[in-house]
Amino acid sequence: MLFYKLYKDKDGRKVGFVQGNEACAEAALAAGVRFFAGYPITPSSEIAQVLAEKLPMYGGRFIQMEDEIAAMAAIIGASMTGVKTLTATSGPGFSLKQENIGYACMNEVPCLIVNVQRAGPSTGLPTQVSQGDVMQTRWGTHGDHPIVVYSPCSVEETAELTITAINTSEKYRTPVILLMDETVAHMREKITLPHESEMKLFNRTRATVEPSDFRSFDTRFGDVPPFEPYGNEKGYRFHITGLNHDENGFPTSRQDEVVPYMDRIHRKIYNNLDDIIKVKEWNTDDADFLLIAFGTTVRTCLGAMEKGRKKGLKIGVLQLITVWPFADKVVARLAKKIENIFVVELNMGQIINEVSRAAAGHGKIKGINKYDGVFITPDEILTHLK
Amino acid sequence: MMEDIVHQYLRPKKKFPHVWCPGCGDGVVMNSLIRAIHSLKISRDNIVMVSGIGCSSRAPVYFDFCSLHSTHGRALPFATGVKLGNPKLTVIVISGDGDATAIGGNHFIHACRRNIDLKMVLINNNIYGMTGGQYSPTMPTGAYAATAPYGNIDRPFDICKLAVAAGANYVARSTAFHTFQIEKYFKEAIMKPGFAVIEAMTACPSLYSFYNKTGKGTDMMKALKDRAISIESAANMSPEDLKEKIVTGIFANGDAKPYTVAYQELMERAERSRVDEESI
Repeated sequence: MLFYKLYKDKDGRKVGFVQGNEACAEAALAAGVRFFAGYPITPSSEIAQVLAEKLPMYGGRFIQMEDEIAAMAAIIGASMTGVKTLTATSGPGFSLKQENIGYACMNEVPCLIVNVQRAGPSTGLPTQVSQGDVMQTRWGTHGDHPIVVYSPCSVEETAELTITAINTSEKYRTPVILLMDETVAHMREKITLPHESEMKLFNRTRATVEPSDFRSFDTRFGDVPPFEPYGNEKGYRFHITGLNHDENGFPTSRQDEVVPYMDRIHRKIYNNLDDIIKVKEWNTDDADFLLIAFGTTVRTCLGAMEKGRKKGLKIGVLQLITVWPFADKVVARLAKKIENIFVVELNMGQIINEVSRAAAGHGKIKGINKYDGVFITPDEILTHLK
Repeated sequence: MMEDIVHQYLRPKKKFPHVWCPGCGDGVVMNSLIRAIHSLKISRDNIVMVSGIGCSSRAPVYFDFCSLHSTHGRALPFATGVKLGNPKLTVIVISGDGDATAIGGNHFIHACRRNIDLKMVLINNNIYGMTGGQYSPTMPTGAYAATAPYGNIDRPFDICKLAVAAGANYVARSTAFHTFQIEKYFKEAIMKPGFAVIEAMTACPSLYSFYNKTGKGTDMMKALKDRAISIESAANMSPEDLKEKIVTGIFANGDAKPYTVAYQELMERAERSRVDEESI
């Protein structure tokens, strides 16, 4: 049963007053996701519930798996048939998914993992907000691996970034994480979904070679290998494995194959940072104080900026829309010109270490941290700025 | 002489030798599986082979199908995604006793319960071979292993009974010695709608024998032959007499609705209930 309704506005675009979770599900559907596997967990369950109802209406499939690990495995399996896939979870479930997220990195399988953060560690505060998983999105799975993570600050942006995340995963053959938090997941705001023609959907590049010449991870066409689905009917038959592998997908432990492979899967992300990294800046030109945040705390920072400026405090805000890879260049630039930098996080201080690293000695960097499961207010931020 | 079929199905680019030890039953079981696939004339483009981690799970790399060597224990959920992503594919899962009934035990019972159309070849050698001979959930009580130096105090699973109780449509057991019987079971399993599991008993002459002094590969293969008893004959025997036996045969051959068929019906219902958004 759906607890919201979408309408068509005068231009024919779908509009609605919906929760962040519902916006994520609707945007995924609009972006062409046709498979979801998940496991019930607060505060992300609405994403599964919406897609259980809607996917089969549009020729897609939904399955509630026996556990979180299975859900992650299932979306990888389905993605290997060429379908755009999604799973959604929260902290404890995100922990369980880590091994298979690494499998998706290793085999360059496009898929989207939504993590609606709740307070942790362990079972933590299941219905309350936190941003404590930001480092886990970067380093949750074992071993060196690239990852792309987006974090929305509003319901509208949740819809936008869901589409962006799916496009990025298809374009670079990589798993992408949408890092939401309980507040954006459950607050209601207006969304307008773009027309299909406005979305600029990206579909993974297909192979063009003769079947005998096909390689699972072909590097002859650039750093992102062409993808062929299982059941491709072109005679491309290939193997994939979580073991280190050569271009044919066969296991290898040869240094001259392992090292170029590891370098390439990182290069395909890190050589495209201008395309992948998104930030938003407000009033950073004349700011004496810079607030850096990601996710819903950005909204509080904007509130603090408005209030503070009325009192004469020149506050600017930097939103890290792309959390990983980290926006080193932007932070370095701002740290050189703004003396007082505050990193606002609903955790005990995680992304602040990346800010310090990128600032490379410039600016005075302090954390504004809250980890009691309650959302931060503009006034709480302003008390730190005196 | 038997026709050489297996070589027609080996990947053109894959270099041998394979990973299996001399005397291992895994290759023999795979031979029967390939013969079954060949006789059913299924296009190799329509087959996806999915495996977990372990000795037997290395099999898919050698055969000229699309294949996915997944993470430990997770072959079934990966395969579930493949099947639901493209229900036209014949999805064959290769797994071992440790992979399928320890770390992947939860997935195993749920795949049976869902009756999802996957064909599972569960190769049971009663031990973790690849990691060096630790005890598995099917190791007999009293046997020795790298992690059971005083003898195994665990009780073993009966995989077929477990699968039947969990609701699999087709359940059968045979051994690496009984190549024609198991080939027949593979054929029936592939033809059968819904979840099918064939337990293939094999020998580990490297590690099981190292800890239990069960002899060479040929000795262990002979033991499979001697210990096998049909399900029909076993019905009249006492539990005491059956203690050392391997009961072979078909344990379930049902007609429950396969998951993908049920989902197709659900999709038709859902499509009918779809309404366009009202204009404002």
